Amino acid sequence: MGPKRDASAFILPVARLDELFAALRSRGYACVGPTVRDAAIVYGDIEHSADLPRGWTDDHAPGSYRIKRRSDNAYFGYVVGPHAWKKYLFTPERRLWQLQRAGAKWERTDPPVEVQKYAFIGVRACEIAALQIQDRIFTGGQFVEPNYAATRREVFVVSVNCTQSASTCFCVSMDTGPEVRGGSDLTLTEILQPEHCFVVRADSERGDEVLASLDLDCARSEHSHAAAVGVDHARRQSRRLETAGLKDLLRRNSESPQWQDIASRCLSCANCTLACPTCFCSSVEDVSDLSGDHAERWQRWDSCFNPDFSYMHGGEVRRTTAARYRQWMTHKLSTWFDQFGSSGCVGCGRCISWCPVGIDITEEARKMREAEGVQS
Amino acid sequence: MASKAADVIGTQPLLPQPWVVSEVTRETDDVVTLTMDPGSGAAPMVFRPGQFNMLYAFGVGEVPISISGDPAHEAQLIHTLRAVGFVTRALCALQPGDLIGVRGPYGSHWPIEQHAGRDIVLVAGGIGLAPLRPAIYHILSHRDRYGEVALLYGARKPDELLFPDEFDAWRKAGIQVEITVDNADACWEGRVGVVTTLIRHGRFERTAASAFMCGPEVMMRFAAQELENQGVTPDKVFVSMERNMKCAIGLCGHCQLGPEFICTDGAVFALPRVQRLMTIREL
Repeated sequence: MGPKRDASAFILPVARLDELFAALRSRGYACVGPTVRDAAIVYGDIEHSADLPRGWTDDHAPGSYRIKRRSDNAYFGYVVGPHAWKKYLFTPERRLWQLQRAGAKWERTDPPVEVQKYAFIGVRACEIAALQIQDRIFTGGQFVEPNYAATRREVFVVSVNCTQSASTCFCVSMDTGPEVRGGSDLTLTEILQPEHCFVVRADSERGDEVLASLDLDCARSEHSHAAAVGVDHARRQSRRLETAGLKDLLRRNSESPQWQDIASRCLSCANCTLACPTCFCSSVEDVSDLSGDHAERWQRWDSCFNPDFSYMHGGEVRRTTAARYRQWMTHKLSTWFDQFGSSGCVGCGRCISWCPVGIDITEEARKMREAEGVQS
Repeated sequence: MASKAADVIGTQPLLPQPWVVSEVTRETDDVVTLTMDPGSGAAPMVFRPGQFNMLYAFGVGEVPISISGDPAHEAQLIHTLRAVGFVTRALCALQPGDLIGVRGPYGSHWPIEQHAGRDIVLVAGGIGLAPLRPAIYHILSHRDRYGEVALLYGARKPDELLFPDEFDAWRKAGIQVEITVDNADACWEGRVGVVTTLIRHGRFERTAASAFMCGPEVMMRFAAQELENQGVTPDKVFVSMERNMKCAIGLCGHCQLGPEFICTDGAVFALPRVQRLMTIREL
C-alpha cells in the first residue's frame, strides 16, 4: 500500500493548468475569468494561465480596494474584484429589437438569442450563491429572460475554494462560503504546500468528463489536508451579518431615523448596485435615428439609486437618498425573501469595498438592531 | 462559438405587436381614448377587467396603461390615457390609421367574477375610472349576477369627468352613479368635495359589498378607511396600484412596492396585501 489517497480528489500541477483551459476550449467553451486590468482584478477573456492574476492579491476595507503583490505565485490568491459574473449572463446593455417604419407598416428585426458558451474560471462560493439567486430571478418565475436562460444553461463552472478572506467578507455568516457546495462543474483548491498545485474535484457529469480527459493523479492525504486547512483559514472572518430575524428587522424599520443618517453619507452613486452580484434591475431606452423611421430599444442595467428609477407622472416616488437606500437595503435583506425565497445578499462584501464613502451594510444592520434594543 | 437558440425566441416577452388606431376620442383637455384594431401579425387580445398593456409610441417610448374597453369585445382594444409625459403626449397625438405598439395583457384583474352575488361599489378618482370601466361593462353584461351596484366617481373639475355620455346608460341598467368634483364653477349643480364623501351616499349593503377602487393613492387610502368605518371589511376591498414600469414581467425591478411587483403581483391587489405599504412615504 502506498500513501493514502483520496479517490475523488485529483492533483493538477500548476504547470498543467493550461491543459485545463485547452480541454475546455476544445469542448467549445470560451474561458473567462480573473485578470489584472486598471489596478483591479476583473473578469475578462482567459486564453492561458498567464492571463490570471498570478502573484497578486487584494486588500479590502470599507471604501477601499487595492491590489498588491503577493510573496508567492498563487493564481487565485485574491478574494473578489469589482466585477460579477452577471455581466456575462445579463449583459450591461443589449439591443432588444429594431423597427423600420415603411409607410403604414413596421418591419421588426428581433436580434437572435445569441448563446455564448462560457467556462467561468475561478468562481467563488459566494458567487455561486449569487448565480443561483439570479437563476431564480431570471428563470424561476412566470416569465423567463431568454438570453440569460440560454447562456446560463451552457455555463461550465470552474470554481475555486477561498483559502483567505478579506476584511469585508462575511460569507460565513450568510452561509454561502467560503467552501463550494454544489453549483460547480469542477472545483479547485489552490495549495502552496507540499507543492504549488490545485486539488481538483468534479461536481457534475460534465466536470467528470473533463477531469477524466486530463488524466490526473489522485490527491494524497497531505494535499487534501492542505486544502482543508486553506478553507478553514478563509472561514476566519471578523465581519458578520446577523441574519436571525433580519427580514423582520428591516420590515419593522421602514421609518427608522437611521435612514436619514445613512443618507447624510450616501452619495446615491449606484456603485453598490453595479458591483453587487445579485442586483438585477434594468431599464430600457428607446432611440430613433434622424429620419425618424428607424427605432430601437436598448436594455441597460439600472439602479434603484438613480432618481429616474421611480419616476411617475408628477415626479419621483423616492425623492430622497434616504428612501433609495432604504429600498436597496430592505430589498436586499428583507423583501427579497418574499419575492425569491432567499436573502439577496451573499456576503461578498463588494458593496462595502466599492462604496466611495465606505457605508457598510453589516454595520448599518447592526446599528438598526441595536437601536431597537435601546428602545425596547 | 455563438449559436442560435431558436427554441427560446418564442418566449421573448418584450416585443410589441403593431395595432392600428381606428378611432381617437378626445375625452377632456388632456385625456384621449384610443380604439385600435390588430395590425398585421397581431392577434386579438383576450383580457380581464383591470389588466394593462404596455403601449409604445414609435421611437419615443413605452408606458403601462390599463385597458378601458369591454372585455367581451376582443377584436378591438380600447385605452384611455392622459397626456402627462413624453410618451403619453406622443400616444395622445396619434391619429386614425397610425400604428401603435402593444404588448400584454399584463397583471392581475378585478376579481369581479369571484364576487358575483354581492353588492359592488366602485370608487374612482380622475383617470382612475378608465381601469374600472371594463368591470362596469362586465357588470352591465351580467347585471343579474350582482346586487346593488354603486359607482362613486370624483374628478377635479366638471370638464374633467370621463365618459359622461355613458352615465345615463349605466343608471338605466340599475347602477347608482354618484359624481363629485373638487372645484366647480356656478354652472355645476352637482356635489362638490372629495370622493370619500360619496361613500355614505352609496346604496349598497355594507356587509355584503365588495369594493373596487382606482385613483390617486391618497384617495384610495382615505376611501378605504371610510369604507371600513362603514362596515366594508378590508379583505373585500381591491385597489389598483401604479409605479414606474419598464418590462411589465417582473424582471426590471422598477415597479416594486415593498415585496410586491406591481406588474405581476398587481396592479390589482386585495387591500390587506398593500394597506401597510401604502402608508410608508416614498416607498
